[in-house]
Amino acid sequence: MIKKIKVGLGSCGIAAGAQEVYNYLQSEIKDIEIISVGCIGHCYAEPLVEVETESGSLFFDHMSATPKDLKRLLDLNNPFKFNKNRSNLEKIKVTKLAGVINPISFDEYIDNGGYEALKKALSLSRDELLNEIIKSGLRGRGGGGFPTGMKWRFLSAKEESHKVLICNADEGDPGAFMDRSMMESVPHQVLEGMLIGALATGATELIIYVRAEYPLAVKNLSIAIEQIYSNSLNNLNGKTVSIKIKEGAGAFVCGEETAMINSLEGKRGTPRFRPPYPTDKGYLGHPTAINNVETFANIPIILVEGGETYALDGTQGSKGTKLFALAGDIPFPGLVEVPMGITIGEIIYDIGGAEKGSVKAVQTGGPSGGCIPETYFDTPVDYDSLKALGAIMGSGGLIAIGKNRCMVETARYFLEFTAKESCGKCTFCRVGTTRMLETLERITGGEGVLEDIQFLEDIAPKIIKGSLCGLGQTAPNPVLASLKYFKHEFIEHVSDKKCLALQCNPLVDVYLDQSKCIECGACVKTCPVSAISKDYVVDNSICTRCNSCIEICPKKTIYRRVKGGVNG
Amino acid sequence: MNAWILSLPKEKNQIIRALQEAQKREGYVSNDIIKELSNYFDIPIVEIEGILSFYTQFKRVKPGKFIISVCDGTACHIKGAPLVAGWVSEMLKIKEGETDEKGIFSLETVACLGCCSLAPVVSINGKVFGNLTRKSLSGIIKRYQKEGVEND
Ligand SMILES: Cc1cc2nc3c(=O)[nH]c(=O)nc-3n(C[C@H](O)[C@H](O)[C@H](O)COP(=O)(O)O)c2cc1C
Ligand code: FES
Repeated sequence: MIKKIKVGLGSCGIAAGAQEVYNYLQSEIKDIEIISVGCIGHCYAEPLVEVETESGSLFFDHMSATPKDLKRLLDLNNPFKFNKNRSNLEKIKVTKLAGVINPISFDEYIDNGGYEALKKALSLSRDELLNEIIKSGLRGRGGGGFPTGMKWRFLSAKEESHKVLICNADEGDPGAFMDRSMMESVPHQVLEGMLIGALATGATELIIYVRAEYPLAVKNLSIAIEQIYSNSLNNLNGKTVSIKIKEGAGAFVCGEETAMINSLEGKRGTPRFRPPYPTDKGYLGHPTAINNVETFANIPIILVEGGETYALDGTQGSKGTKLFALAGDIPFPGLVEVPMGITIGEIIYDIGGAEKGSVKAVQTGGPSGGCIPETYFDTPVDYDSLKALGAIMGSGGLIAIGKNRCMVETARYFLEFTAKESCGKCTFCRVGTTRMLETLERITGGEGVLEDIQFLEDIAPKIIKGSLCGLGQTAPNPVLASLKYFKHEFIEHVSDKKCLALQCNPLVDVYLDQSKCIECGACVKTCPVSAISKDYVVDNSICTRCNSCIEICPKKTIYRRVKGGVNG
Repeated sequence: MNAWILSLPKEKNQIIRALQEAQKREGYVSNDIIKELSNYFDIPIVEIEGILSFYTQFKRVKPGKFIISVCDGTACHIKGAPLVAGWVSEMLKIKEGETDEKGIFSLETVACLGCCSLAPVVSINGKVFGNLTRKSLSGIIKRYQKEGVEND
């Protein structure tokens, strides 16, 4: 007997076609309740449908809006088997309700224990509440890892009557989606954390600063805020707090606290000098604290479990669980929640399903972080161990870089990002990142010299020192880490003029192996720049390396090879 | 003056929200709107231009009916975003930041749409398409081409 059918309609699900599946099931099935839920984190299996039966739940992966899949589902035929390793290693706490409840159903959240934590917080004194957070050992999940209890204590100690608590939902790391998923799937959990934060700090104005690219998160949060208002949950022991959403306008630097405050005030989002610190003088001059989405989502868990129990998970310096957005060259990308202290290898191999040897590095912390080579995959994931390697925990983006990728090109990519996003205020950040980018472009363009590598090493610490905010202070990190662990690739590019990953186009030829060619003409016809002659020779001085001939060749006789390389 | 402007609270920190609203309505921020907002909020035009040029979300020229945003976030970059942008350019004969002659398609790149597990992805007017190949993308664009002609 089927009791209920749940369709995952997070952004990732919708992108994979889950909306069509949902609509189709709605029109075909009349007697079973079909509800939409958020994301359970197994994004590689989307569209993913859960069928609740009397004897438990079955899942169906890669569903389509077709009679065939409808039958598979109703017959409970061939359900999806979850990766056992993953379930053994994961510890689902913060994401417990994600993908399980309807994100915009207030009642479902309540039925699943929602706002119990707030109730408990309301019964505590502010000191007791702060103590609970401090005991939990929670450190900010936005990247810096600052102890949340301590930050809240600073704000709490301010005597001003108007204080502001901001949720940083700018999720700027390109390749991270933990915060998006939480806001879309369990908006109430994030908001409950904020309300408890208001109690702990005495803040009366709550603001959520959401990235422009996250329309569904904005929608679900707006609905949840209205539900909070209509249930008077924003009335905290007689004190009313306001909750507002502000949509960002597309600037990475606005994820930095003081830049965000400027942006909220309607200005260009450039960072400010500190002191004064935001907790002294922040948004419109009011004492202000800023925390990350995931940080807030942890708060209700702490209240329900108690700070001490919460602190049982994790390592000495990093407590609790952490969400990671797994992506890149692995079979099973998605959102995972693991206890702090698990190793990178466990995440990449056991959870992500990568074969040993197929991934040469992971990038953590995005453009502010660094790569970690395979030899260090037994490093435990916590704030301090990752920092010691020259990477950072970051907010939780974890990108697997396959063995066929070029690390120089990857470093260039991050520098292009930070150079573009530098707000221009500090000279070293503005000019320095541009110089680094130009140098890297010379190297990937085949015109690099050994001095270029030296130059990168020289200028990096100067940018770090000469920048006001975290953007510039961390911008050289991806290059420094690549130089530390993959220097040989840089040297191959400048000395041998080779990109063995065959990614840097100027160092690559496209070659047609005439001995296997059947002269079908497909490549000649598809080439957009007519670089292949009638007698099947590729003119590499015309070729743009667009790959279209390689993809179309039925006999796979065309391939990339090292520039000037010999046959084969 | 546009009626919707008059309904905004007259506080200077509302300027970004007002510009976002203008763009939502017209697809871009026109010179006329800038003048109106400058009067209404009493903020000099240069300052508004400064804000507009700072935030990548804002467009100063009218985009096409369909905006194709190729994601060049880390996951998509690793999985071939530069190729994807090339495929679109090739099909529609426009480069990044351009709009075709008929005003139907614009091409831009953005940093991460939050669907990294489906990389490489593009979004067309906010609808995201993932796990792209040259073939699947070409099918998607053809559908929009047809729609663009039909609705004209
Ligand atoms: C350039 C830059 C970008 C940042 N982007 C984000 C972001 O997208 N999300 C976030 O939570 N923190 C971001 N941060 C960190 C914030 O400044 C801040 O440390 C964090 O929001 C504090 O919250 P937490 O203590 O809960 O981690 C960024 C910092 C810098 C320097
Ligand atoms: S990197 Fe493209 S969606 Fe995140």
